[in-house]
Amino acid sequence: MNENRREFIRKTGLGVLAGLGVASGIFPKSSFETAVASTTHENSSSGTRWGMVIDTRKCKEGCTKCIDACHEVHNVPQFDNAKDEIKWIWKSPYENVFPGESGQFVSEETRERSYLALCNHCDNPPCVRACPTQATFKRSWDGIVAMDYHRCIGCRFCMAACPYGARSFNWRDPRPAIQKRSQAYPTRERGVVEKCNFCSERLAQGLKPACVAECPEGALTFGDLNDSQSEVRMLLEKNHTLQRKSELGTRPSVFYII
Amino acid sequence: MIEKALKGDRIYWGWIVLLLVIISAGVFSYINQLTTGLTLTGMGRDVSWGVYIAQFTFLVGVAASAVMVVLPYYLHDYKAFGKIVIIGEFLAVAATIMCVLFILVDLGRPDRVLNVLLYPTPHSMLFWDATVLNGYLLLNIVSGWTVLGAERKGVPPPKWVKPVIYLSIPWAFSIHTVTAFLYAGLPGRHLWLTAVLAPRFLASAFAAGPAILILVSYILKKTTGFDAGKQAINKLSVIVTYAAILNFFLLGMEFFTAFYSNIPGHMHGLQYLFFGLHGEGQLVPWMWLSVIVGFGSLLVLLIPKLRTSSPWLIAACIGIVVSIWIDKGVGLIIGGFVPSPLEEIVGYIPNLNEIIITIGVWAIGILILTLLLKVAVAVKAQDQA
Repeated sequence: MNENRREFIRKTGLGVLAGLGVASGIFPKSSFETAVASTTHENSSSGTRWGMVIDTRKCKEGCTKCIDACHEVHNVPQFDNAKDEIKWIWKSPYENVFPGESGQFVSEETRERSYLALCNHCDNPPCVRACPTQATFKRSWDGIVAMDYHRCIGCRFCMAACPYGARSFNWRDPRPAIQKRSQAYPTRERGVVEKCNFCSERLAQGLKPACVAECPEGALTFGDLNDSQSEVRMLLEKNHTLQRKSELGTRPSVFYII
Repeated sequence: MIEKALKGDRIYWGWIVLLLVIISAGVFSYINQLTTGLTLTGMGRDVSWGVYIAQFTFLVGVAASAVMVVLPYYLHDYKAFGKIVIIGEFLAVAATIMCVLFILVDLGRPDRVLNVLLYPTPHSMLFWDATVLNGYLLLNIVSGWTVLGAERKGVPPPKWVKPVIYLSIPWAFSIHTVTAFLYAGLPGRHLWLTAVLAPRFLASAFAAGPAILILVSYILKKTTGFDAGKQAINKLSVIVTYAAILNFFLLGMEFFTAFYSNIPGHMHGLQYLFFGLHGEGQLVPWMWLSVIVGFGSLLVLLIPKLRTSSPWLIAACIGIVVSIWIDKGVGLIIGGFVPSPLEEIVGYIPNLNEIIITIGVWAIGILILTLLLKVAVAVKAQDQA
């Protein structure tokens, strides 16, 4: 067999293997396309990609207006124990929200503030890859990582897959623990996973997400990351920002100005 | 053939009744869990998988290990395994059924489990795991039952069963590899994010599985007089020895990579399990028990004189099973969740309801194994008569 033919067969074989992998979605397309393995740097898919910039300097200590608004709008139950807890958005210390970032000689001010954590609506979401029923999926038209509560089997594979602890499971019936029943969003049943949905129900009505709308300090900015003229892109242009655990290649759509 | 399971002495029926009582308690607790929710377990937002998934992981290994008797017997015509191969296959059947049950009891919405088949999702490793596990169950039931049925009639097994048996060999490796992929492909879970996870799973499976097989053989010999043969037991004990060495070697690799590279995320899981992290170390005594019992048993196995003496071999096999059960059935799964993605340390203690369900599932598996082996032994006895 001559060299060329051997090379041809080798390349075709590799191509077919890679193609099969990509086709079944096991490997993201980007991991084969790029010459440099830098899934964190490139631009995202076309169309809208909703994203958020959190200016943590403006976020006021002790204020929980965004959290309260979100949890009220979405009928998130309040349990008094950490084990059953369900949360879509919450505040945690610096070293918990950004565990990979250097903690050495961080200014006292940075260390003592608390930071908002929520679903990152990753451009390359591990939870979507893990879900065996497509009950969690990325919306092709706007990049939101959504949940179908009626399809979820409650295997919690997505919770193991999420590197941000953004997902909660309904360990018990959530309905008795809902403080004030909101008509804007359905309640969930026992046995399914839930998380922040970037207020897709409000976006459909042309409203901003509840947390963004309720923040009195204007610390949260929401917009299309793929639109270079959008407010979020302007902020990203002018400020140095962080994404949580960007080294994992998940490409979070939530950015932090520290 | 199944009617052979209905003829037994008082000890046999006593055992069956005992298992049924335990199963009833398990079923009762499961109904409890179905009506109240998984809040009746020790699992929570941070440690979201617990003892159920851990048992599942351990038992996939036990199921896969049947290949350690099937491969030498069918592929290399290793005659000494002639009598034990059916025990291995039936052990695989019972273990696989337990695996499926442990997944079922872990689901928040078991009524929707068919969604996995209705919406096949090739990019999910759980989809593949469900596929290979059910396939493996089918392969082992078909090959085991057919060969045994032929033996009962005193005829050679039908030709079509050979390819089924050959297929079950790579399939056995696949079930445990895919099970490792459930964990090894998740970003941000450092303890699991290791390329040696699948090899480690296979090594520990091929140590613990044949060790269980040796123990089952001794129980059968004691209770039914069925003798798998000294040569088969000796060979199995050698397999256990090599696999156990490989298992501890691979565990050592994890330690080297984590601690020599000194990357905090990579060390945290092992630190939590073996030394305690930030003063929290609820699993530390367990993990050291696993290491000490494991090495002790390995030492016994390494000395040919002890390995070939029944009491020592039984003790060593129990030791290997306990050691690997702790490592895989407790440490590996819990350790993957601690510290949490936000580097918080939240412990996990299974609660009573969860433990009763777990024991109930084990009892179902043991009942199935008892019935299958009863049939197998009856057929083999008829051969000799």
